[in-house]
Amino acid sequence: MAIEAVDHSHWSPLLGRLWWDAIPPDPIVWVTFAAVMMGGLALVAGLTYFKVWGYLWKEWFTSVDHKKIGIMYMILGIVMFVRGFADAIMMRLQQAIAFNGSEGYLPAHHFDQVFTAHGVIMIFFAAMPFVTGFMNYVVPLQIGARDVSFPFLNNFSFWMTTSGAVLIMASLFIGEFGQTGWLAYPPLSGIAYSPYVGVDYWIWSLQIAGVGTLLSGVNLICTIVKMRAPGMNMMKMPIFTWTALCTNILIVAAFPVLTAVLCMLSLDRYLGFDFFTNDFGGSAMMYVNLIWIWGHPEVYILILPCFGIYSEITSTFCGKRLFGYTSMVYATMVITILSYIVWLHHFFTMGSGASVNSFFGITTMVISIPTGAKLFNWLFTMYRARIRFELPMMWTVAFMVTFTIGGMTGVLLAVPPADFVLHNSLFLIAHFHNVIIGGVVFAVFAGINFWWPKAFGFKLHRGFGLVSFWCWVVGFYFAFMPLYVLGLMGVTRRTRVFHDPSLQIWFVIAAIGAAIIAVGIAAFIAQIAFSIWKRKELACGGDPWDARSLEWSTTSPPPHYNFAFTPVVHDIDAWTDMKRCEVEAPKSGFLPIHMPKNTGAGIILGGIATVFGFAMIWHIWWLSAITFLGMIGYAIFHTFNYDRDYHIPADEVAATEAAAHGQPLPAGA
Amino acid sequence: MSEHAHPNPNATDHHDEHGASHGSMRDYVIGFLLSVILTAIPFWLIGTHAIADKGTAALVIVAFAMVQIVVHMIYFLHMNTKSEGGWTFMALIFTVIILVIALSGSLWVMYHLNTNMMPMAHQMEQVS
Amino acid sequence: MTASTLDTMTQATTPTASPEQRTAAFYELEPHHHPEGASTMLGFWIYLMSDCLIFAMLFAAYGVLGGNFAAGPGPHDLFELPLVAVNTAMLLFSSITYGFAMLAMAKDNKGGTIGWLLVTAVFGACFLGIELYEFSNLIHEGATPMRSGFLTAFFSLVGTHGLHVTFGLIWLFTLVIQISKKGLIQSNKRRLMCLSLFWHFLDVIWIGVFTFVYLMGML
Repeated sequence: MAIEAVDHSHWSPLLGRLWWDAIPPDPIVWVTFAAVMMGGLALVAGLTYFKVWGYLWKEWFTSVDHKKIGIMYMILGIVMFVRGFADAIMMRLQQAIAFNGSEGYLPAHHFDQVFTAHGVIMIFFAAMPFVTGFMNYVVPLQIGARDVSFPFLNNFSFWMTTSGAVLIMASLFIGEFGQTGWLAYPPLSGIAYSPYVGVDYWIWSLQIAGVGTLLSGVNLICTIVKMRAPGMNMMKMPIFTWTALCTNILIVAAFPVLTAVLCMLSLDRYLGFDFFTNDFGGSAMMYVNLIWIWGHPEVYILILPCFGIYSEITSTFCGKRLFGYTSMVYATMVITILSYIVWLHHFFTMGSGASVNSFFGITTMVISIPTGAKLFNWLFTMYRARIRFELPMMWTVAFMVTFTIGGMTGVLLAVPPADFVLHNSLFLIAHFHNVIIGGVVFAVFAGINFWWPKAFGFKLHRGFGLVSFWCWVVGFYFAFMPLYVLGLMGVTRRTRVFHDPSLQIWFVIAAIGAAIIAVGIAAFIAQIAFSIWKRKELACGGDPWDARSLEWSTTSPPPHYNFAFTPVVHDIDAWTDMKRCEVEAPKSGFLPIHMPKNTGAGIILGGIATVFGFAMIWHIWWLSAITFLGMIGYAIFHTFNYDRDYHIPADEVAATEAAAHGQPLPAGA
Repeated sequence: MSEHAHPNPNATDHHDEHGASHGSMRDYVIGFLLSVILTAIPFWLIGTHAIADKGTAALVIVAFAMVQIVVHMIYFLHMNTKSEGGWTFMALIFTVIILVIALSGSLWVMYHLNTNMMPMAHQMEQVS
Repeated sequence: MTASTLDTMTQATTPTASPEQRTAAFYELEPHHHPEGASTMLGFWIYLMSDCLIFAMLFAAYGVLGGNFAAGPGPHDLFELPLVAVNTAMLLFSSITYGFAMLAMAKDNKGGTIGWLLVTAVFGACFLGIELYEFSNLIHEGATPMRSGFLTAFFSLVGTHGLHVTFGLIWLFTLVIQISKKGLIQSNKRRLMCLSLFWHFLDVIWIGVFTFVYLMGML
């Protein structure tokens, strides 16, 4: 299809660039829009009919409970994951049929948006919410705390992330999304080559979500540093908490870089600055350099907590302490630092000299050493253990195999001369899907299967879980191994139409793999639905896996104050230690518990931020100004509220505990 | 905050907040005087071109800036290795490391890029 | 292997101890007061560190683009050192007056605190005024941020610092109102300490700005 010749230069003071031409000229989008609208209306009607809006508002949207916020992050992640996967299926289908003179079914303008949206959504709005969700839910429980350090900030962070997700979803139906690839390199993303709203959607959804991510990073660092149970010194922290700490340090030290770079790109686009322009002394390569200073740590932000999840699962289902706890901690710390000195391996071919390329090539290879050390620790934990192959453990084993393959192809790409051959080829695509799916996605499924019983009091159904597991693992290899082959044959990424018919078979195999993964996702959703339906049969106690860290010492689901009495820690696997000593939880003498109050400020600020982003994207200046002042004004107004906490009376704690343990209320509690 | 004895002697007390001091009049005055001096000298050096060699002058004013930053950290930001159990200091050190990596790395990479991108002498000869 | 055998509470953390002893060793049974806002100072400091990295990126951009004049004006044509010196003095004065506000706060002197805060605000406003004057001069001379890579980086770096000062001023006035309404209660003191960190942090950034941008530019 020819280059778009639509003129989008319309602007009015009231609506900015928003006009009828904002409706995408694409029947696929119309059908999607109709389906989404009908689904959305049905959902709203259902929620209204069952009168749950008040419940949702009071118990969830305004909640400052880290557990509920964690669950909301997971739901956001699942929804966006499905959206991102829909994009993936579309690409696979397009590439499988666009041969022998066929143009496929996606016009270039649409295909370019699809691969951009897929990358952005999967990294920022699927993987990040998953990781943040796990950390939010699990970390305070693991360290024996009752909430995070800044509970309101936590709620606010969640709604900022959601605000970004809403904007990116809006781009599907109003206007367009970027056609630049997920990192929007200038000059392509500059105003000269991307004059319409696509890149602006990209900028503002990331900018707003980035605020949420950064603040949640600060919050979790403080929580881990300040709120650990007595006795839990740094070297007695569970490994997941350790990896969460390092991840959040990375977040705090990396996301400002993204914020700054996005600001620079915005200044170029909105005010005509010359940061990354071709003329007037700008440097487009500086953008590539700066954004990867954020981009590489981001990779480890995603993977480190997943390593933590695998560590917890391995030691739990092997029934022994994690092998090499100390080396695990140091490996995590080394990765944290090293992840800052490898960024140039994303652009070896940009033109830096041999000394620069060799330095970054070597550091990249070095970073695989601590990662390898972790893998051996897991293997040694499994060695001679009586392994229980429950679902989380199966995902973990699949991870070890898959991630190792991905890691090895990564070291291969770290060799600059090899990278000159493979850069921007499907080999690279295969490599990073190999580590991100094998590392992060598998960890998400492992973690959901592992902690679901904690969050809801019943296990997930094993049968559907097995179907999901096998479809995912088999589907993954079918979908991505062909891409290695194609990459070695020199096929570049982001290509829409092919001329060499001999390549088609590999794309067809990859498409079949994607279809098998689709079955895996369907089985996962079915697993959740079926388990909720059969929750009575699947019900379990506080500690269904005979696990080892403190989150399993409380009831499932935990009361909203987590622990009636703060546990005292003496050993690394604190809960195992308590079980070994046959400690009984106190049944009387409950005390009032100090808790933060719910507040609507987070969702209101997030809502205003969404409108602000939308107004900026469409150049509706009056609305941008009002919403910007509104955000600041409302934030200041919120600081005038000094009444932010309350005490749960001791009676209520006693009653909750008694109900959770199925005991009669102790007299005089 | 009342001193609270844990039931367990093994427990570490990580509630030692208020470690951040407010400083004293003496601190603020010393800090202010030092920073005035450390600001005035480089301005004078550059304003009067007291050092002829540009490289030396640059090094000297950067050195003054470094010292002044440390002075501000100690006397105005009350930075020390003890407050918040040493975590603020650790955060600072970590940030400085990342800052040095990102700044020097960017300059190194971009400088290198430009050297390889510029048309080189022999290429020019080939063209002409 | 088990660390608990080395524990000082050895007896209590073994199965041989009585159930009550074990419970007491593994749970905090006494009321334990978590002081409100105990994490605030650390959290705010970590936020400042992240803010510092935003400035690092702007410095990096200035370092890369600072020599790209695109045949436009350079530092020698534009910068006026005396003006920068006055501006720096304003910021230094505002720093020490904020320090006096903190000293007054430590003595629970509400009037003194508010008074010194307002003096700080005056100096901060002078700083901003001079900066705006400088910017408008530059723009009138045709040295707009769109003119060259150097000017883009210059305006962004100095302007971002100026925006921070502006937000600091808004925050300062908010605090003045809050202190006059509620007095020097604990949460207001905490907020004052956070703003103190923020304000002095901006000084530190300014040291980098006047050294690397203005003084180095005039070499």
